Amino acid sequence: MGKINIAVCVKPVPDPQYYDRVGIDPVKKTIMRNAVPTIINPVDKNAVEAALQIKESVGGTVTLFSMAPPMAEPEIRKMLAMGADEAYLISDRAFAGSDTLATSYIISSAIRHVSQKDGKQFDLVLCGSESADGATSQVSSQIGEWLSLPHLWNVFALSCDGSTFRVKTKIENGYSEWEGKLPAVLGVSYDINKPRFTPVMSIMKAKHKPYTILTFKDMPEIDEAYIGLKGSPTKAGELFEPHNGRSGQFLDGSVDEKVKGIIATLVAHGIAVREK
Amino acid sequence: MMEKKIWVYIEHHNGKVEPVSLELLSKATDIAGGYKDGASVEAVILGDDLQDALAELATSGANSIYAIENKCLKEYSPWTYVPVITQVVTKHKPDLFLFGATAMGNVVGPSVAARLKTGMAAHCIDLHINPQEQMVANVPAFGGKVISEILCPDNLPQMASTKPGIFEKKSFDQHEVKVIKEDISEVLEQIDLSKLKHITDVEVTPEGVGLNKAELVICGGFGVAVEKDWKHIRNLAQKLGAAVACTRPVVDSGLAKENQMIGTSGCSVKPKVYLGFGVSGATHHVCGMNTTGYVITVNRDKAANIFKYSDLCIVDDADKILASLDEAVK
Repeated sequence: MGKINIAVCVKPVPDPQYYDRVGIDPVKKTIMRNAVPTIINPVDKNAVEAALQIKESVGGTVTLFSMAPPMAEPEIRKMLAMGADEAYLISDRAFAGSDTLATSYIISSAIRHVSQKDGKQFDLVLCGSESADGATSQVSSQIGEWLSLPHLWNVFALSCDGSTFRVKTKIENGYSEWEGKLPAVLGVSYDINKPRFTPVMSIMKAKHKPYTILTFKDMPEIDEAYIGLKGSPTKAGELFEPHNGRSGQFLDGSVDEKVKGIIATLVAHGIAVREK
Repeated sequence: MMEKKIWVYIEHHNGKVEPVSLELLSKATDIAGGYKDGASVEAVILGDDLQDALAELATSGANSIYAIENKCLKEYSPWTYVPVITQVVTKHKPDLFLFGATAMGNVVGPSVAARLKTGMAAHCIDLHINPQEQMVANVPAFGGKVISEILCPDNLPQMASTKPGIFEKKSFDQHEVKVIKEDISEVLEQIDLSKLKHITDVEVTPEGVGLNKAELVICGGFGVAVEKDWKHIRNLAQKLGAAVACTRPVVDSGLAKENQMIGTSGCSVKPKVYLGFGVSGATHHVCGMNTTGYVITVNRDKAANIFKYSDLCIVDDADKILASLDEAVK
C-alpha cells in the first residue's frame, strides 16, 4: 500500500437553510441573497471526511482547492481545521461568471498547476456530488474529463490502496459496484460518511497551515478562451420566481375532527381508506 | 437550410426503455415545432443487444435511431460511453441533445458536453425554442426558489437534462423509424478498459410501495423524526397502500433511507395526494413535491412554510394527529 495524495474540491455556498430568503431584485433582475450566510457546501464536507479517512488508513496528503472570492477564507480554514494539510484558493476577477464548463476547467488547471509546481501527483480528486446553490451536479464529472481521468459520481462507499479503488455508486433502483485504477475523480454523496466534529484547538492550529491564493497570472498555462463569462457556453436569460403556492384551507377543531377531516379528504381524492 | 436535429439519449435496462427517455422524446416532438423548418427527433442508444429497446422506440415519436451495438457496451461505464457518444455527436452534429437527469445522464451528459466544449442546462423543468431558434431551458436554483433561463447560444449541441416525471409521455402510433447503425470499434480500441470496470448492479427493493408508483405519499419531516412517530408513519403507509417519504433530517436520524428523500437532492414525486407530517416546507423539499395533485399537511407552527404549498392545512402537533389517524384506520 502506498501513500496517496488527495485533492478535494470545496465550494463556499449560501447556506441552504436560508434559501427562503433568496429572491430576485425586481429592478435589476439579479439574485438577492439577502444576507444569507456563506458555508462550505454541505456534501463537500463529506468529500473532505472521505479524504481524511483514506489519509488516516494509508497515509498521504489532503490538499483543498476552492474557486471563490477571497472572503471565503474563514470557511476554507475550517476545512483545514478538520484535518486537511493545505489549501489553494483559486480567485481572480477573470474567473467571474464561469459556468460549470469554465469552472471545471479552472479547477482542473489549478490541480495540474500545483501538481507540476510541487512535483506531486494527485492520485485522487474528490468532490461533493452537487452544490446546494446551483445543484447542476456537473462539475466533478467535468473535472474528470478535463484531467482525462476515469470518474464516477454519487459515490457512497469508497475504499482504496495506493493504486486501485473500489466504489459503490447510487443508481435509481439500487447501486452499482466499480473498481478502477488511480488516478481518478470521484463525486461523493451525503451517505458516504458523517463529517467529523472540529474542536476549537484544531481551528487555532489551522491558522498556521499553508493557504495559497492562485490567480489567473499565477497559472500561465491556463487558456483564456475557456475561463470566465467569455469561456462559458451557457448564458443566463430571464430570472423568475415560480408561482407554485396553493390557497390552503385551514381545518380547525379537535384532534378527532381533524383526523376525520383528513380521512374524508383522502377518500374524496380517490384514496381507499378503511376506518375502524 | 438543413433540417434541425433534436437528439435524445435513451437509457434502457434489460431491453426496457426507461420512462424518462420516452418523456424526453415526447417533449422533443413538442419543441420541434418551435423551429421554422421543423426538426427531426432522433434517439441515440448504446448497448450490446438493442433489439427489444428498438422495437419499443418504434412508437416513441423518434424519426430515427442511432443504434450503437458492441459487446464492450453491455455494461454502462462513463469511461467507454462518453468517448463513443462524443464520436457519434461529432459525426452527425445534432442541434440539441437531451438527457434524463439520472445516475447515468448526470454523468454522461456533462462529460460529453465537456469534450465538445458546449453547455448543458441541468435538471430543467421546462424547455422551449425561442424566436432566434435557440433552446431555452428553465432551471431551478437555490433549491427551486429561483428559476433561471439557461441558453447556449454560440455552441452546438445545446444540451439539457430533466428529471424523470417532469414531462408527459405521449403515445404515438407505430411509425416508420430509420435505424442507423454506427461502427465505433475504433474508438473502443483506444480505451484502456482496465482503468474503470463496472462490476455489477445490485437492486435494492424499496420498503413498501415505490415513491413514483404510489397514489398517496406520506412524508415525515423533522417534527416526527423519532422512532415512535416513525413507526406510525410506516404503519399508516402500509394500511393505506402509500409510499413513505421524508426530508433530510429524517435521513440524518437514520430512520429512513436517502432514496426516500424528496427534494432537489432527492426524488421528485407527483402522487394524487401528498400527506405531510412535521414537514417545515424548506424550498429544496417543496421543489420535489409541488406538482402533486392535492397536498395535506400537519404542522404545529401556523407560520410554517409548508402551508403556502398545501391545499388542506392542519395546525396541530404532527405526532398527535399521526397517532390518532393511525389508530382510526385499518
